[in-house]
Amino acid sequence: MQSTAAVSVSASAITSGSGARSEAARRPGGLRVCGLRREALACSSLRISQAPARLAVARAAAAAATNGAVAGSGGFDYDLVIIGAGVGGHGAALHAVEEGLKTAIIEGDVVGGTCVNRGCVPSKALLAVSGRMRELHDEHHMKSMGLQVSSTGYDRQAVADHANNLASKIRSNLTNSMKSLGVDILTGVGTIVGKQRVRYGKVGFPDKEITARNIIIATGSTPFVPKGIEIDGKTVFTSDHALKLESVPDWIAIVGSGYIGLEFSDVYTALGSEVTFVEALDQLMPGFDPEIAKLAQRVLINPRKIDYHTGVFASKITPAKDGKPVLIELIDAKTKEHKETLEVDAALIATGRAPFTKGLGLENINVVTQRGFVPVDERMRVMDADGNVVPNLFCIGDANGKLMLAHAASAQGISVVEQISGRDHILNHLSIPAACFTHPEISMVGLTEPQAREKADKEGFEISVVKTSFKANTKALAENEGDGIAKLIYRPDTGEILGVHILGLHAADLIHEASNAIALGTRLQDIKFAVHAHPTLSEVLDELFKAAKLQPREERGSKPSQPPQPLLKALSFITALLSSSIRDRQR
Amino acid sequence: MATAPAPFSLSASTVPARLRAAAVPAGARGRQPRRGRMVVRAKIREIFMPALSSTMTEGKIVSWAASEGDRVNKGDAVVVVESDKADMDVETFHDGIVAAVLVPAGESAPVGAPIALLAESEEEVPLALAKAKELSNGQPQQAAAPAPAEDALATPPPPPTPAAAPAPVSAGTKGIASPQAKNLAKQHRVDLAKVTGTGPYGRITPEDVEAAAGMQPKPKPAAASPAVAAPSAAAVPQAAVLPPVPGATVVPFTTMQAAVSKNMVESLAVPAFRVGYPIVTDKLDELYEKVKPKGVTMTVLLAKAAAMALAQHPVVNASCRDGKSFTYNSNINIAVAVAIDGGLITPVLQDADKLDIYLLSQNWKDLVKKARAKQLQPNEYSSGTFTLSNLGMFGVDRFDAILPPGQGAIMAVGASKPTVVADKDGFFSVKSKMLVNVTADHRIVYGADLAAFLQTFAKIIEDPESLTL
Repeated sequence: MQSTAAVSVSASAITSGSGARSEAARRPGGLRVCGLRREALACSSLRISQAPARLAVARAAAAAATNGAVAGSGGFDYDLVIIGAGVGGHGAALHAVEEGLKTAIIEGDVVGGTCVNRGCVPSKALLAVSGRMRELHDEHHMKSMGLQVSSTGYDRQAVADHANNLASKIRSNLTNSMKSLGVDILTGVGTIVGKQRVRYGKVGFPDKEITARNIIIATGSTPFVPKGIEIDGKTVFTSDHALKLESVPDWIAIVGSGYIGLEFSDVYTALGSEVTFVEALDQLMPGFDPEIAKLAQRVLINPRKIDYHTGVFASKITPAKDGKPVLIELIDAKTKEHKETLEVDAALIATGRAPFTKGLGLENINVVTQRGFVPVDERMRVMDADGNVVPNLFCIGDANGKLMLAHAASAQGISVVEQISGRDHILNHLSIPAACFTHPEISMVGLTEPQAREKADKEGFEISVVKTSFKANTKALAENEGDGIAKLIYRPDTGEILGVHILGLHAADLIHEASNAIALGTRLQDIKFAVHAHPTLSEVLDELFKAAKLQPREERGSKPSQPPQPLLKALSFITALLSSSIRDRQR
Repeated sequence: MATAPAPFSLSASTVPARLRAAAVPAGARGRQPRRGRMVVRAKIREIFMPALSSTMTEGKIVSWAASEGDRVNKGDAVVVVESDKADMDVETFHDGIVAAVLVPAGESAPVGAPIALLAESEEEVPLALAKAKELSNGQPQQAAAPAPAEDALATPPPPPTPAAAPAPVSAGTKGIASPQAKNLAKQHRVDLAKVTGTGPYGRITPEDVEAAAGMQPKPKPAAASPAVAAPSAAAVPQAAVLPPVPGATVVPFTTMQAAVSKNMVESLAVPAFRVGYPIVTDKLDELYEKVKPKGVTMTVLLAKAAAMALAQHPVVNASCRDGKSFTYNSNINIAVAVAIDGGLITPVLQDADKLDIYLLSQNWKDLVKKARAKQLQPNEYSSGTFTLSNLGMFGVDRFDAILPPGQGAIMAVGASKPTVVADKDGFFSVKSKMLVNVTADHRIVYGADLAAFLQTFAKIIEDPESLTL
């Protein structure tokens, strides 16, 4: 009864004239109700703990001034030592300084790790080139916008330099940001020699030892190369070599059709190569929502100079030598029978990444890796061989294998720092967005439709799906880029967003509205009233939110397992106040 | 495909492309009695692969919503077809029982090929099954037959030959073909087994497939060049006959100079004539002084005036391209001759009649800057529909211009000079006067046309307020 009162308030706010609605929305009281109701509904199913808002700027400044000057408390050299200065370690270090922790970071290679030096960053430089090449080459597209382009070409070395320069620039930015905050950057390979003790130095000569109250392992990953594949770095190579763009082969086979393979296919085909995908699973792009993968195949694969073999393993790959091309032996993924031998000019191995955890000294503290990954719990605490938490030792990023994305590593790092600063924190991995920077881009957050259906079946709720096309978006049409869809998977009973998947222009930038909503527990019934500038691509998401049909509120209110009583009471009190004031206003 | 209430409105767009299930044996269009027991004629209908888009040549069956033995009603979605663009539900136009699925889910069929058989009633199911067997046995002959047999499948796909299927197989065993070569082979129905590879390691390249498909990508420019060469070859002898002058320096033409030379020679083929007109410019000069601080140049004012006059006399803005017709241009683009280092170029003020003088001035400034830097794009110097040439600034009082190819007229503007003028009452006064001379193609522009155009032009110049509107 009381909850229905709340419902009728917002319903009247919606249905009454738009003037009244905006009035109500603007009123601080109205906003407070929104927030409260959201929490009330969210707390039953949402499991993330939200970091309390705080003013950390002053503290960070103070900490920066003191870090390095004063020894870590409790007789430790440092409050926090991070092994690995990739994006994960960097994110953790910055947040640690903000929290006033004396922090050191150990790096055996170059600051920035895979992402900055051999991953996301240089690949974005290449993809920026490929995007422009694609546009300029698409005569039909240009003509339809009234543009004429006489001829296009590219200078391979200059393109490669662009990628390399970008990496060095970001690397120095990263280094400077840590130095200026007073994070000690220690050079060498870090090894854990015992509880809260790390030794570092040149490989094989770890000669310096430090103690730390807490240790974070953030050593990342390296490209995974299945056995039978011989890497020569020239004709058979991994993303590490490919990003240097030392050659643009006429025909390149890409083994693996995940993010890395897909992005490189975009680069290579834009630069004139023909591409053959080799995928072990039955479908290309196995990690994506099936519907998105299907459309991606229509947009990113079929019209391009690409063919593919699915359901096959590359059992043996021999680099080009003695006047022979690269030979790829394909066997059936199930029967292991030899199917075909491909002859190509080059092969890129994009079969995923393997954790880089050797030499960490995990055996010293009774930790056994699983396929190389460091076992952790949901708080990133390292688990030992007996399944117990190793105190003061955490592992973030690719090395724990939970979600192998740069920004996930950083988020995990921040979560760990929160915990060691005395605030419990569990990162909601379902709120971490992912993106594939093809042209157009693909992005996603949360569950895929099959995953959501499985969960719904298991937990006994319903899900709904709404979709919208970029062809319905003014800005996309102005750009002549109508290819693409966005898809929202949600619970019609609670309005909870379960997953959003986008394929289309600037999808990677668009996903954050959805990922933030998931992270903050914003419900569709609230977010659908948020305003989007017109005309922008963001209206694609607006369209989704507005199209989502929710079950009538009365029905939900009558469900027994809804918000706890005290909250409900508070809620109804405020809504009663609000509704009376709205009535006053309307009068 | 369980998402029946999916709000994706694709199914709506399939409506025009809904499959036709035409009656195979008799082609009778009338509605049959609801109860088919008494029906004498056997009613077995084929369900065809529909054309879901204009570019679709074959479709893949994503899933069958109805399976063999299911009774379906008119309007039911029976199958989901994947075209080159999207997945679409395909509905049946007839009631019946799905007797036999000829193309199972996951397989493809060319547009127009039968993909299932629909029986009118239970009794006809065995008949349909027999027919299905017949169809699957007689596949090769059948493949060619259905297309002509069906009256109007709307799309004009080439007769479906199942060449696509054997192609990949042969590719695997014989010559190795690149991905794009395979794509092209499928598209152009080329049997890769019969293509000889010329690429590295004997690989079949996209070019090989194109050659095999009878496409000649290269010869096009080659074929065009003799055509271009012909007139120039005719022109060259005139220049070439002159004996070399001893002691003289010979400087070959730059590309631009060569282009000018070619255009000038070509202009000889056009029967041109000239009409001159004196125009009093006092008011124009006054206006010019006023707008000069705003960056407006005399050239722009003249171009604007010409454009406004052309708007009233479209024939002067037309051109004669084939000697048989008028080509009326939809835009008024004023090309203005500009002398640049080592030549001449004609940046074009597009839509000069529509833009105001300030915008035109801005455009003009940009164009001149680009012209000096030799960065003009082709459409910025070749899209003119009328040319303006002004030598007034040198003190030239009159000249005539040569008509550039592809345009109907060119205007030559001389200097504006103080002149003693007698008005109709016999009073003398001193007024600034300039002489304008227009050269036009007499195949399309006649003397009176040109005179009328010039009169309009003069009126605009002599009362120039309209220029600022």
